[in-house]
Amino acid sequence: MDFILKIWRQQDSQAKGKFETYQVTGISPDCSFLEMLDILNNRLIDRFEKPICYDHDCREGICGSCGLYINGRPHGPDSAITTCQLHMRRFRDGDTIIVEPWRAKPFPVIKDLVVDRSAFDEIIMAGGYISVHTGSAPEANTIAVPKVKAEISMDAAACIGCGACVAACKNASAMLFVASKISQLAVLPQGIVEAKERVRKMVARMDELGFGNCTNTGACEAECPKGISLTHIARLNREYFAAKLL
Amino acid sequence: MSIIFNSSIGKKLIMSLAGLFLIAFLPVHLGINLCLILYDTREVFNKAAHFMSNNLIIKVIEIFLFAGLILHIFYGIYLQIQNWMARPVRYKIENYSQTSFFSKFMIHTAAIIAVFLVIHLSNFYFKSKIFGEVPIVIYDGKAYHDLGILVIEKFKIPGFVWFYIGCFLFLAFHLLHGFHSAFQTLGLDHKVYTPVIKSLGWLYTLLVSVGFILIPIYIYFLV
Amino acid sequence: MEKINTKIPKGPLEEKWAHYKATQKLVNPANKRKLDIIVVGTGLAGASAAASLGELGFNVKVFCYQDSPRRAHSIAAQGGINAAKNYTNDGDSVYRLFYDTIKGGDYRSRESNVYRLAEVSGSIIDQCVAQGVPFARDYGGLLENRSFGGAQVSRTFYARGQTGQQLLLGAYGAMMRQINKGTVALYIRMEMLDIVIIDGKARGIVTRNLLTGNIERHFGHAVVLATGGYGRAFFLSTMAMGSNGSAIWQAYKKGAYFANPSFVQIHPTCIPVHGDYQSKLTLMSESLRNDGRIWVPKKKEDAEAIRNRIKSHRDIPESERDYYLERRYPAFGNLVPRDVASRAAKERCDAGYGVGSGLAVYLDFSDAVKRLGIDTIRERYGNLFQMYDKLVDEDPYQNPMMIYPAIHYCMGGLWVDYELMTTIPGLYSIGECNFSDHGANRLGASALMQGLADGYFILPYTIQNYLADDILTPKIPLEHHAFEMAEKSVKEKITKMMQIRGKTSVDTIHRKFGLLLWETAGMERNRQDLEKTIQEFKALKEEFWSDIRIPGNDHELNPELEKAGRVADFIEIGALMVRDALSREESCGGHFRTEYQTEDGEAMRNDNDFMHVAVWECRGPDHEPALHEESLSYENIKIQTRDYKH
Repeated sequence: MDFILKIWRQQDSQAKGKFETYQVTGISPDCSFLEMLDILNNRLIDRFEKPICYDHDCREGICGSCGLYINGRPHGPDSAITTCQLHMRRFRDGDTIIVEPWRAKPFPVIKDLVVDRSAFDEIIMAGGYISVHTGSAPEANTIAVPKVKAEISMDAAACIGCGACVAACKNASAMLFVASKISQLAVLPQGIVEAKERVRKMVARMDELGFGNCTNTGACEAECPKGISLTHIARLNREYFAAKLL
Repeated sequence: MSIIFNSSIGKKLIMSLAGLFLIAFLPVHLGINLCLILYDTREVFNKAAHFMSNNLIIKVIEIFLFAGLILHIFYGIYLQIQNWMARPVRYKIENYSQTSFFSKFMIHTAAIIAVFLVIHLSNFYFKSKIFGEVPIVIYDGKAYHDLGILVIEKFKIPGFVWFYIGCFLFLAFHLLHGFHSAFQTLGLDHKVYTPVIKSLGWLYTLLVSVGFILIPIYIYFLV
Repeated sequence: MEKINTKIPKGPLEEKWAHYKATQKLVNPANKRKLDIIVVGTGLAGASAAASLGELGFNVKVFCYQDSPRRAHSIAAQGGINAAKNYTNDGDSVYRLFYDTIKGGDYRSRESNVYRLAEVSGSIIDQCVAQGVPFARDYGGLLENRSFGGAQVSRTFYARGQTGQQLLLGAYGAMMRQINKGTVALYIRMEMLDIVIIDGKARGIVTRNLLTGNIERHFGHAVVLATGGYGRAFFLSTMAMGSNGSAIWQAYKKGAYFANPSFVQIHPTCIPVHGDYQSKLTLMSESLRNDGRIWVPKKKEDAEAIRNRIKSHRDIPESERDYYLERRYPAFGNLVPRDVASRAAKERCDAGYGVGSGLAVYLDFSDAVKRLGIDTIRERYGNLFQMYDKLVDEDPYQNPMMIYPAIHYCMGGLWVDYELMTTIPGLYSIGECNFSDHGANRLGASALMQGLADGYFILPYTIQNYLADDILTPKIPLEHHAFEMAEKSVKEKITKMMQIRGKTSVDTIHRKFGLLLWETAGMERNRQDLEKTIQEFKALKEEFWSDIRIPGNDHELNPELEKAGRVADFIEIGALMVRDALSREESCGGHFRTEYQTEDGEAMRNDNDFMHVAVWECRGPDHEPALHEESLSYENIKIQTRDYKH
């Protein structure tokens, strides 16, 4: 298959970037999107040009490193996958593919398609955990968790922190990311003790970092590679009101 | 309690509560307006309007209504500006995600509704309240503002009818997302009830917008 | 030889760890504040160690090359984590977990370490549950278990097919909490390039800031390496693209001994290779073997017809299917350990019975769907099935999966004593990057257990035994000569690589090298090929250092430069792997020498000559490495031939 790629190139965070056009030819439909970029990069190296920088690591959809905004959608035209799981068979031969980095004020571009997502770490740092000292935990089966709750918790916990929710949201809101952590811990008995403190701190940090406000458009849910639902945002709202008003 | 409104979620709480308040007001307004076309005389409409503008309780509610409207507008603009600032560099191609269509244009539909409100209020509400330019009519020996005739005069102008129909379509677009979105913001989400709320939102939007649109059309052709 | 001192405490096996803890030296809280500890890597071992050490009050500096500590490759572990809780009442115990691990490791691991691992396994589950890890639960709300390869009890705890992710996020959360408190300092997008030794002790590291290219110096009273395995040496593996062996390799070059480098694990259930542009292999959790049945056609003609797409699996009737694991190993069936399952798949494919491209076998769920219903299967494996569908574009609910073995884990690593300290005082190695617990083969769901055991419950104790003597050591200034020398050598290496400006991309050489390594030191090894490979590696190393091309410069984000540094080390690690494979003249666990097999193709161990850990010492670039031996003795376990048939 052949493609025309228009890819955002930007030397560093200060530089003014622009789109560059590349032709790639002879790509197998079973090739993954990142492997296609690898092939392009190898051809660039052959010409002694700088290869395109993008974040990637596990290449099996779990580490959350990769994240490209492809033809107007985070992680490209397929749903419930990450960029590394996207395959070229999802495109038509001869397609023009436009590749952009995540765009959000709290995710500044570092180089080409690489962005800085430390803002997510900062949100977790503010309280995205249960405070338990190593060694102080009680016997695991002393805390019974209803199966339904455990499943809800796991649904939320599936978040890989890739930032597609922020990238997709027209407001660059991080509510789905925050909600997934809040929801995971709020439905578990272990997490209830700190629930109020946690939601207050995490939301405050999220706001400080300059993410936008949720307007319930659902783009995050549609693009989340792990299918995390808006239900968790509703729970986040409830948890927040409970923490602030009760 | 005070700080809640400094947060993003707190501001949205205000948006949703004010929105729901306005949503609750619309059917009342519609009910009174319908009096104009359901009865042969303007008397019922004028008396209802009189009641609405003189009853003490309604007057208090009215203050809240305006406060709600202003808050809804103020926070809507405020949040929107924040949202624009959250993405200083825009995408070349965007909005291809599969999301609810109307949610993407809330600020735009809101702007049209705001323009409408200014015109609407200055044509009817402020005329009677501030300028006192409304003709007087006597029922049972008591003087009333003949707001009905004011409405009928306006709705005999074709451009005005078109303008109203257009604005109510935009109001419908605004409501289609706003209705269930308010519940989501309040955290009222449920496996069974959320779909019900969404259906109610559609039903409500349909009834309110069709109701309001019917009035100018009916008056233009049949009164 | 005197350096190989295992420091195994005296006394009966069950009392060793308790006795050690009761008598070890500790550091008092006021002194902990004065001591700096460097942790390299933020996977299960690194994050749990950094969090626990921070909680204790040490000053911890933690480093990762990714953009966030949450991306470490522990996150990709799917199946589960073992613990001897005996919640299922099927006869599990600390001893049985210990026994299974030693046996699974083919009697090439250290008894005392493995017993301690089994001992603390229960506490790991307690800790993780308290952290909010959403483990699977039954309807009574209590924890659920499933079975895994190499065990006859159900002792594996799991969180859908994302157990590694959930455990890592638990440890990451605990670490972020300490970062928030200021006891741990986090350095992201930093790669450790050298270790600094002062007066014979590990005292710091030299790192490269991957964004700016700045070379930086960091001091620590002790240095902990938690950098994972070196399986990416094979190019194609299930490891992350950035996983590397550079940190442990620098340690090796500076005097830390390297143990059993050739012991790598081949995972039997990976998605087969489909093209030469492929960058990595994707694992399908071993847990799938609980319900999936592995088969190939009984007749070669059928296999060939399937390969040529004349027939499909549907055309092969039940009687014509060869469930070869069930046939060969009736007692364990599809749940034999990984090395056995992998080799059996290779044997069938090499004999011409493979499906797909020829290098694949079926993993079939149709019986399980009939027995349990599609909903149960979806609940158990839903996300794995979805992943398979996305990658291969075939629905595994309708068709059997195709799988083939791939490089997955390194049992070998830096040699450590009972305290997890390497032969360099003050340098520790935890998690996958040490060698200690898995012998010649690791059992499924044991890597997560080991990483967390080391990080939460072992290192935070043993490191104090060392640091207690260091409380009066002031921070060593970064201007110290040793730091200067280390930085200089790092810069020289970078400059040298940048100046080659040859014709070949780093990936091209890596791919070539990796394939060669896979062919000679992969699932099967033999003397002739190994000896030949040593020469070929020399040529490849030559090619690397004369012909690689790195565009850009060294003071910017430059992934090609990062890869080059790692591949330079992989080539050297590969050479040591081959050397080790050559010297071990037996077949055991993941190490299968074709010269040493029984008539029916089972591994032939040689306990008389090789019941030891092969420990390699670096003697500089101009000398061959020296081989030492740590002999293994089993006082509490009967040594048997591994038998999964009966």
